[in-house]
Formats: sequence, structure tokens, C-alpha cells
Amino acid sequence: MDMISMRDLDKKTIETIFERAENIEKFGYKERKGIITTAFFETSTRTKLSFQSAAKHMGMKVIDFVPETSSLVKGESFSDTIRMLDNYADAIIIRHPKDGSARLAAKLAKHPVINGGDGANEHPTQALIDIYTIKKEKGKITGLNISLFGDLGHARTMHSLLYGLAMSDVNLTLISPKGLEPNAEIIDEIKKEFKTEIVQKYEPDFTDADVIYVVRVQEERFADKYEAKKIKEQFKLELSDLKKAKSNVIVLHPLPKIDEISAEVDKSKHAKYFEQAANAVPVRIAILEYCMGME
Amino acid sequence: MITVEKISNGTVIDHICGGKGKKVLSLLGINENYPHRVALMMNVPSKKLGKKDIVKIEGIFVDVENANLIALITPHATINIIKNEKVEKKFVAELPEKLSIGKCPNPNCITNFEHEFEEFIKSNELYRCSYCERLFKGAELI
Ligand SMILES: [Zn+2]
Repeated sequence: MDMISMRDLDKKTIETIFERAENIEKFGYKERKGIITTAFFETSTRTKLSFQSAAKHMGMKVIDFVPETSSLVKGESFSDTIRMLDNYADAIIIRHPKDGSARLAAKLAKHPVINGGDGANEHPTQALIDIYTIKKEKGKITGLNISLFGDLGHARTMHSLLYGLAMSDVNLTLISPKGLEPNAEIIDEIKKEFKTEIVQKYEPDFTDADVIYVVRVQEERFADKYEAKKIKEQFKLELSDLKKAKSNVIVLHPLPKIDEISAEVDKSKHAKYFEQAANAVPVRIAILEYCMGME
Repeated sequence: MITVEKISNGTVIDHICGGKGKKVLSLLGINENYPHRVALMMNVPSKKLGKKDIVKIEGIFVDVENANLIALITPHATINIIKNEKVEKKFVAELPEKLSIGKCPNPNCITNFEHEFEEFIKSNELYRCSYCERLFKGAELI
């Protein structure tokens, strides 16, 4: 079974994966034999390492495919590389800069392919970790008010996350600088498909939020440097922002973060991004089990 | 009203949105080298469309598959198959459920880099690339 896009998953499958991850956290997991390969055509330390860690926890071997030193530099096609990797491993974890690369890999490979991010398209395993964290911290997901805060137009996880959250029946507040809203197409799609309530705001306001999901605003996105500086300051999450919010609001971030969240927030009870990062391993073990079949 | 001779064996496509008739002909591969009679009537007054185009082509029987491609340019065109000067079959062009033609308009889509067969799946009135998952209007794909 491949995992390429949130669009391929249904609520029941997601619940099964979450139940499994919960059990893994409580009771551990069954060891299994096998080899996975991590094929990252673009850097992503965390996604790669947490998949490698998950596989090693399970007792599997890991082959790391490093494109720079391979025959890719001699001009081997992506398709041929995937066919080759398919011969050496029981599952392929892939990250690639082109949209649709993971789907193509899945069509070519006999073994399961897991999408670790394909261009600007999907990153389903990160979305599952994020949603799992919300469920674990809040005890539920349905009906929660979730505020997405920052550059929602360029974040790699945004398509998968929006789709996954909409599937979970939450209310969404999108808070971004003008011009950095999420892709309008995906907003239309989830409104139609899931009747999701969506509010767009251009200034920080967390009054009703149960969860704040922070995404970094990059200065490079603005031509005017002074404007960039102002917006970056405005879109930095400070402890004072949280004082005006619900007392049990939680803050998430896909990490790595740089300066978009103040150090005081890190130390507060609201910060849950380190827990979120820790959830990557049990959720990815559950995903590997789901994709490779339980033994 | 301008009258155009009837055709004996071929296809009449009616209810084409005004101005799209030429595109329909080119989609069917009809150019200056086509040996048989072809008529293109443009901007014919129409109750339904305001202005419509009509094309009459001798010597080609448009099948359902091609008719559905015509729907990408102009939805709900009516296809009349003429044999021995009589309408033998009449049907409306419908948007196809799946498209395996063209190139993905998303320049970052993997299909523009690897030699893969493209596939677009109908999603409401749009088409989704089955690789990059972007949505496109049918007319963008042909
Ligand atoms: Zn595409």
C-alpha cells in the first residue's frame, strides 16, 4: 500500500493509523524484517531521520540513497532510479522537488512508496503527525478551532494539512500576510468537499483558537525589505499573543523553527512542538506498518 | 439566413459556442488539405447560446470519444451523424471522465520531465492531473 496524498486516505484509515500509533506509544511494536530505502532528492533532515529511526526501531535495515553521488549526475532518469531502488528495498520513502514525483514512483515500483514531500503538492505523513498531536493533546479533533498562522502560501505541509484538518471536521482560521494565503484551489476544494468553515484574517488574533499552528514567514518572499521586516515582526508569535487566547491553547510548528516563535513561548505550557516532533516516530512506525502490511 | 447545402455522408455539429467553430475543426484535424466539403457558419443567432457556430463536414463520422473532446472546447454541442442525407444518429458532447492527452500545464509537474503518459481525471467541471493533483479547465489541456 502506498501513501502518496491525503486525498487517497479516508477517515477510517486515518483513525486506524492513529490507534496503532497510540498502541505503539503505550505497548511498543512487533519487530519485523525488511529493508527500507530513503530516497531524498532534496534535503529534509527531520523527515528522513525520523523515518530511518522508525524503521530501525522496528528492526528493519535502512539503505540511504544519496542522489549526488549516484548515477543521477550521469543523467539517469528519475524513473530508472526508482526501478533500481525497487529492486533493493521493501519500501521506498521519497522526497523530490517535482510535483507528482511520488505518484509516478508509486506507479513504477512494485513495493510500497511513501511520499515524504513532492514539490509544492503533498506531505501526508507530516500532516498525520500534526493531526495526531492535536488529537493526543486535546483528546479530540472534531469541532476544534484551529488557527494556521504565518506564510500559508509556501509551506510544504499546507495542502496535506488543510485537507487532513478539513476531513477531521475542524473550524479553520487562516492568518497570513496578504499574498501569502493558501492556494485558493485547495480552499475551494475543502469547502465544497467537507463544508469546512474557514475564516481568513490578516492580523494575529487568537481569541477563539484551541490550536495555533505556526509557519515561518520568510523575508525572501518580499521585494521591499522594510515591509518584510515589519511583517516578520507582526507574524512572530509572542507570549503576549497567547495571554489574549484561551488558557489551554496549544502551539504547534512543523520544525525547524528559527525566530518565528519567541523563547518565552518555548518555555510555556502552550508549546507542544517538541512533543509534536517526538510523535513523528510512533506515527511513522504506524505508517510503515500500514503501508508494508502487518506481519 | 444563409443556407448551406446539405451534406450526404458526414457530421453536422450544432450548438457550438459562438466563435469556437474553427477550434472544433482544428481539433478534428481539418485543415486546408482536407479533400471534402466543409462548411463553417459563425455567429448564427441562437435562443440558447445567443450566437452559435455550426460546422458541416463531409466524409467524417465523429465518434463519441472525439465528440467528448469537443465538449472541452464547447460544452453541450450537438453531434449529428449524416448518412445518405439523413440524420442517422444524434447525441450531445459530454465532458469525458478521463483524459489521456496533452501535457500537464503545471511546469513543475513530474510528467513534464519524465516520459510518462499523462492522465487527467474529471472532478466536478475541472480536470485533476493524476500526478501533481492540480486542477485545470478542460480547454487548458487541448
Ligand atoms: Zn501535473
